Amino acid sequence: MADISPMQTETEPALIVARGVHKHYGPIRAVDGVDLDIRPGELFGLIGHNGAGKSTMFKMMLGLTPPTSGDIRIDGASVSGGDFRAVRRSVGYLPENVVLYDNLTGLETLYFFSRLKGVSATENNRLLERVGLGHAARRRVREYSKGMRQRLGFAQALLGKPRFLFLDEPTTGLDPEAIRSFYAILRQLRSEGVTMVITSHILAEIQERVDRLAIMTAGKIQACGTVQALREQMALPLRIDIRVDAEHLDAVRTMLGQLPVSAIEAHADRIAMQCRREAKMAVIEALAQDGRVRDLTVREPSLEDVFFGFSD
Amino acid sequence: MEIAQIATIASKEFWDRIRNRWVLAVALVFTAFALTIAYFGAAQQGSIGLRSIDVTIASLVSLVIYLIPLIALILGFDAIVGERERGSLDLLLSMPITRLELILGKFFGLAAALTFSTVAGFGLVAIMLSTQIDFNGLIHYFGFMLSSVLLGCAFLSLAVMLSVFASDRARASGLAIAMWFFFVLVFDLLLLGALVVTGGQWGGEIFPYLLLANPADVFRILNIFTLADVRTMYGLVTVFPPMLADPWLLGMVMVAWIVAPLGIATWRFRQ
Repeated sequence: MADISPMQTETEPALIVARGVHKHYGPIRAVDGVDLDIRPGELFGLIGHNGAGKSTMFKMMLGLTPPTSGDIRIDGASVSGGDFRAVRRSVGYLPENVVLYDNLTGLETLYFFSRLKGVSATENNRLLERVGLGHAARRRVREYSKGMRQRLGFAQALLGKPRFLFLDEPTTGLDPEAIRSFYAILRQLRSEGVTMVITSHILAEIQERVDRLAIMTAGKIQACGTVQALREQMALPLRIDIRVDAEHLDAVRTMLGQLPVSAIEAHADRIAMQCRREAKMAVIEALAQDGRVRDLTVREPSLEDVFFGFSD
Repeated sequence: MEIAQIATIASKEFWDRIRNRWVLAVALVFTAFALTIAYFGAAQQGSIGLRSIDVTIASLVSLVIYLIPLIALILGFDAIVGERERGSLDLLLSMPITRLELILGKFFGLAAALTFSTVAGFGLVAIMLSTQIDFNGLIHYFGFMLSSVLLGCAFLSLAVMLSVFASDRARASGLAIAMWFFFVLVFDLLLLGALVVTGGQWGGEIFPYLLLANPADVFRILNIFTLADVRTMYGLVTVFPPMLADPWLLGMVMVAWIVAPLGIATWRFRQ
């Protein structure tokens, strides 16, 4: 399925802007000088270890806690300033491990939050259908599973068609099927121009799905860009796997000695190796021309490799 | 300040208490106590049945002064800290709502639940007694219900304040019980002790004013002074300056006891 991305060019002014943001709790620097620019219609990932400052950054972006110093603006308005009400009406938030009210039904929960947001409740039934909770609309949240609560929390975040979505570990507790439909909704929202910030500790899950991401460690942004740009910046080697018939294994190994590859490991009928990005084309060409190589796979370093590269 | 936001929070709090039958349970407790006191209060003297309504109210006052502060504190102690501890506070605060609106919404919703139970519980008894007491008696009884509601709201306001200051629910409940002990049991003893120790030299004149520093005492004065029978019985007129016995002034003091803790709570919550 092709993504329709309305993501604007880099010249488009950022909609969520953080400048020199610090948050200190006594001697602890939870956030230590963060600058961020999140552009219109972008799906932006914020990743980091527990305690890296992601959730604190989230809370500051939502105006729940003021920065010790620095400034955060959403659509030009300060999140804690006098015009916060207008900003918050256009913001949806799904907290990590969302806690809702056990004694309310799904529908009542949405009714309560839609009144607080000042939006019509007429869409609430459809919203529950959209997140796959139509069948449980009139059941108490007390009877919901963890995944169902998470989906109800997501529906709550979508109330009133927000222009900005903040999703903190949104797929916690969801089964693979629900994760798929969750990201399908995000794709649709992105095609409608919603700007989204998402955190996740499941890096494999977000690496193909975010437009850009920032890696946070110890309260600082270590790197920020597209997954591909971060891979290149980290200069991690690519991994190449080839298949050869067993009788050629030794000969091919010797041949590989001539090429700019490293960490060669031979198995029954295949050989794995690493190669630097700039040598990639030359190596592929040499392997393709060698009649003994039957198949070839090139693997980019995963986001996990990149993440550990930056955070270690 | 947006009234709609306060109303949304308040109506949720109120309907929560209706649904979990809190309102019903408290109303029944009040009805049961009021009926028992009205009909069996004189059993010690060897008779049962309704005595003077003033004496009945005086007995109810000494019961309510213990019961309502306790109920109000239990009702409100986790208003904010409960949301914080459960983890639902961040989501609430991410809504287009100010902290003042949230506190007022919580307070008004819980106050409505408490008022509803008080009025329903004692009101039922008023209806049962209405054939046996005169109009004046009914007015007194109505004044007693109104002051009970004010007393409840004052302690509810204190409870909401505690719930902002406390770091967790366990601490908040401890503080609520401590507050009940202080205002309901200890405060008067301290005042009396001070009077006795100083042989009445110290505090004799400011003593009545110090009573205003305790909403439970304000409630007591408010009720006792409107009842002619009781006033003569206790000989209170000689002790208490008439200026302070003005029910309107006492009512205002009670309102101050509701407003001030909410103000402090909001100030703290914004930190």
